[in-house]
Amino acid sequence: MLNAANFDKESHAVPETAEPRIVGFFCTWCTYLAADLAGTSRIKYQPNVRVVRVMCSGRIDPQFVLDAFAHGADGVLIGGCHPGDCHYQQGNYNCLRRALLLSRLLRQMGIEEERFRVEWISAAEGERVREVIDDMVAKLRKLGPLQMNRRLAPEISSAQEPACEEVTV
Amino acid sequence: MGEKPKIAFYWCASCGGCEEAVVDLAEEVLDVVAAADIVFWPVALDYKRHDLEQMQDGSILVTFLNGAIRTSEQDDMAHLLRQKSRYLVAFGSCSQMGGVPGLANLFTRDSILQQVYLDGPTTENSDHVLPGGPSTDANGNLTLPAFSGRVHALDQVVEVDYYVPGCPPLRRIITRAVATLLGDHPPKEGTVLAPDQALCTECPRMESKPDKIALKQFRRPHEIVIDEAQCLLAQGLLCLGPSTRAGCEAACIKGNMPCTGCCGAPGQVRDQGAKALSAIASLIDSQDEAEIVQILDTIPDPAGTFYRYSVPAALLHARRGV
Amino acid sequence: MPDVTIPLEKAWQASAAKANEEYRRQRITIDPVTRLEGHGNIQVFLDDAGEVDRAYFQVPELRGFEKFVQGRPVEDMPQITSRICGVCPMAHHMAATKALDAVYHVVPPEAARKLRELVYCAFMVEDHSLHFFYLGGPDFVVGPDAPPARRNILGVIAAVGSERAKEVIRIRRQLRELMTLVAGKAIHPVFGLPGGVAKRFTPEMQSQFQAAAEGAVVFATSTLRLFEETVLGRRDYLDLITSDDYTHRTFYMGLVDGANRVNFYDGQIRLVTPQAKEWKKFAAEDYASVIAEHVEPWTYAKFCYLKPLGWKGFVDGDDTSVFSVAPLARLNAADGMATPLADIEYRRFFDVLGGKPVHHTLANHWARLIEILYAAERMRELAGDNTLLDPEYRVLPTAIPTEGVGVVEAPRGTLIHHYHTDEHGIVQRANLIVATQNNAARIAMSVDKAAKGLIHRGEVPEGVLNRIEMAFRAYDPCDSCATHALPGTMPIRITVRSREGHPLASLTSGPDGNIASSRPL
Repeated sequence: MLNAANFDKESHAVPETAEPRIVGFFCTWCTYLAADLAGTSRIKYQPNVRVVRVMCSGRIDPQFVLDAFAHGADGVLIGGCHPGDCHYQQGNYNCLRRALLLSRLLRQMGIEEERFRVEWISAAEGERVREVIDDMVAKLRKLGPLQMNRRLAPEISSAQEPACEEVTV
Repeated sequence: MGEKPKIAFYWCASCGGCEEAVVDLAEEVLDVVAAADIVFWPVALDYKRHDLEQMQDGSILVTFLNGAIRTSEQDDMAHLLRQKSRYLVAFGSCSQMGGVPGLANLFTRDSILQQVYLDGPTTENSDHVLPGGPSTDANGNLTLPAFSGRVHALDQVVEVDYYVPGCPPLRRIITRAVATLLGDHPPKEGTVLAPDQALCTECPRMESKPDKIALKQFRRPHEIVIDEAQCLLAQGLLCLGPSTRAGCEAACIKGNMPCTGCCGAPGQVRDQGAKALSAIASLIDSQDEAEIVQILDTIPDPAGTFYRYSVPAALLHARRGV
Repeated sequence: MPDVTIPLEKAWQASAAKANEEYRRQRITIDPVTRLEGHGNIQVFLDDAGEVDRAYFQVPELRGFEKFVQGRPVEDMPQITSRICGVCPMAHHMAATKALDAVYHVVPPEAARKLRELVYCAFMVEDHSLHFFYLGGPDFVVGPDAPPARRNILGVIAAVGSERAKEVIRIRRQLRELMTLVAGKAIHPVFGLPGGVAKRFTPEMQSQFQAAAEGAVVFATSTLRLFEETVLGRRDYLDLITSDDYTHRTFYMGLVDGANRVNFYDGQIRLVTPQAKEWKKFAAEDYASVIAEHVEPWTYAKFCYLKPLGWKGFVDGDDTSVFSVAPLARLNAADGMATPLADIEYRRFFDVLGGKPVHHTLANHWARLIEILYAAERMRELAGDNTLLDPEYRVLPTAIPTEGVGVVEAPRGTLIHHYHTDEHGIVQRANLIVATQNNAARIAMSVDKAAKGLIHRGEVPEGVLNRIEMAFRAYDPCDSCATHALPGTMPIRITVRSREGHPLASLTSGPDGNIASSRPL
């Protein structure tokens, strides 16, 4: 339990050598395919990215990015189509505008620039996937863990788990 | 013949504006008084805590609690009132989201103490005295609670049943909320007691809002003479109407100034500032990164603008390291 | 193809519910550590003989406005700083707006200047009325020895009759609606901008203000007559007001116009000695060479004092460096009132109380009523001025913002906002001298003196609570600490302790207004 003595202390101690955890939001038409291509081409890259596949980079709500950081991500990577190539015409521009403003907010919240990154990676650019991810992981290793998910006390979960039946498709 | 339902008002880290808002109800308050037995109002109850403890659990029908939670004592009272109340209502922006004092979550406790007691141009403190430390009076018997620095919304410390939004909640919001709660069909728990729509829907300037707003720059209110009829967003001002809940009947817009978001976000939104940021970003009239960056320079303070009332309730509820 | 075992819609809802669960806010618990005693806390320490050694008034909370406004655009300051206090938000809003004029080196046009002052006078009438009828005044109108359950607005209604009480409610509502009309909201207004106000004043608004002003003058005059009947006519009240228990000899400070008359909106800051001689008269920009703040470890509030004299401690009289603000101080610091009816009352005030200066803290209540009259008359003057209708109500700033100071007289005293910005108008540093801080040292002395005068031989009669509260309430401190709120309960707890700190007795008001004292076994 929290008391005045440990109010300001960390409640999770994360070892120095912990690997950076990155959440990657990849658009299905470009970056996700590129990552697929990297896989089938046996291109090796750092395994630190948890990929969330979205239809378009324009689908990405800033809440997703903030939520990732709030839950312990050390970095967030958005991958979309090159300007002009968006499957839905404008989606990646929507993403760009939001992301540029969001990165300013993140800096005000003390989150370094390297931790939030937007890259345009087309379906053919498997190599680029490797480059970007390896580079980001190296930078985040240097910066160390972010730990925005530092909690002050155990979370109180007062609602029951909602009933959720398995669906298989 | 039943007893009149008991209701209570209590305040935590509050500026007093929510109390004033209740006083401002004037005649309407007398209707409420006739319908209910006001047990505590509008005052801090930390003295006769014993009386409160003696009450049966759940015997207060509704407690309206305003102000944020920042001290252990406020947390304590919030828990006690939760226990004794059937419904606990977060009244006003501070209890709902942390409020303006929540901006303190962007700074460390030490930096706040430093500024207030050491760095100010008129503060004379060569002995570097900082209140809240262990030493107080000569006998060492006088204590002052330590300054925690962190501000919390009410639902971060106890379960909250309803929210009455606003800074402060305006007359119509309060009377409708009270009527709803004392009525026969209380809404689903967790409801914010104001319409689940964006402010634009009740703004008198809605007609003048273009379908597509595309801006090459944003404006700060002192940079332009603000037209009294046209949509404020269309004029380039950072009006948060699209990402703010309705209910206040656009009071600030009627004052010819943009909405700053005090009623919080409409439903299905977890983080008001993120949505406000998204809404504003979508107005930028450019596809070129360099130009977008230039346009963003006309938004000088994203954190303070999009999260003015809601830092503690945000997904990132404090600056890193705070 | 595997079987879909349940309808898709239900699965969708279940997933949505699960996603929403993920988004539920974090719950945080904070262990109760130290028990605070409310928004305000008085600790009284006795010596071995049971006499009061020292009494302390503690403000147990800090919010840190001066820090967290750093990084904010300076034009947001009127709306951010108004959240310092929800009872007098207009005061902070106005001080901040004037500071913005200074920061941007811009002079608002006459229409804006007069409109700001007009709205401000309306605010002073309603705020002072709130204090007199709801907060401090009941002590006199109902009587200091009346049962606590009646020493509140309900008791006032019983004492003065429901007609007058309805008039108080009506006039406050009317004035606050006018403030809303011009300033957007009465609580946390929005209309202040550097170089003017946000929107234009119309002839419809003007006629409403004129009507309200007429009513306000009548109301103010009749309230003064009420005070005369219920208070000045009684020897025991006059004795109470002039008693030594409630008297302190300090400097006095207030804003004055060019003829040294009280002005709430603008002017120079004037300081007079405890003998009522002018000591300094200076512009707001020079405040930092006159006012300094002292820190004590037992309270989060800082204590203002006169910098040139240095901190001399909590002493009054010839060797003091403590000054006082608010109605009594303003009347002492000025040579008269700028409107005719109020000026007559001003002269009367000093005649009855034995000349200038008046050091009796409880006289604040009377001074406050004279100020209501001045504010109402000033409102009438300004409302009739057609300059208000000028189409030029804003001047757009063109200079690079740097630094500026804004001062107003809040109901509770002189209020100063001081901001430094960078060249983009982003706040770098802010200094706020909040009205009640100017009185903080005197309030501390009042509490100490009242306790020492009333507690002897270790006996703590219940009347002590109210007498100490009265000393406090007269200042009308603008924080959640001491306001005497409906229905007559008081959020301050007074704890009396032995020299070693053992609690001997504590006094608080109960929710039904009765005083409870408790003594540990």
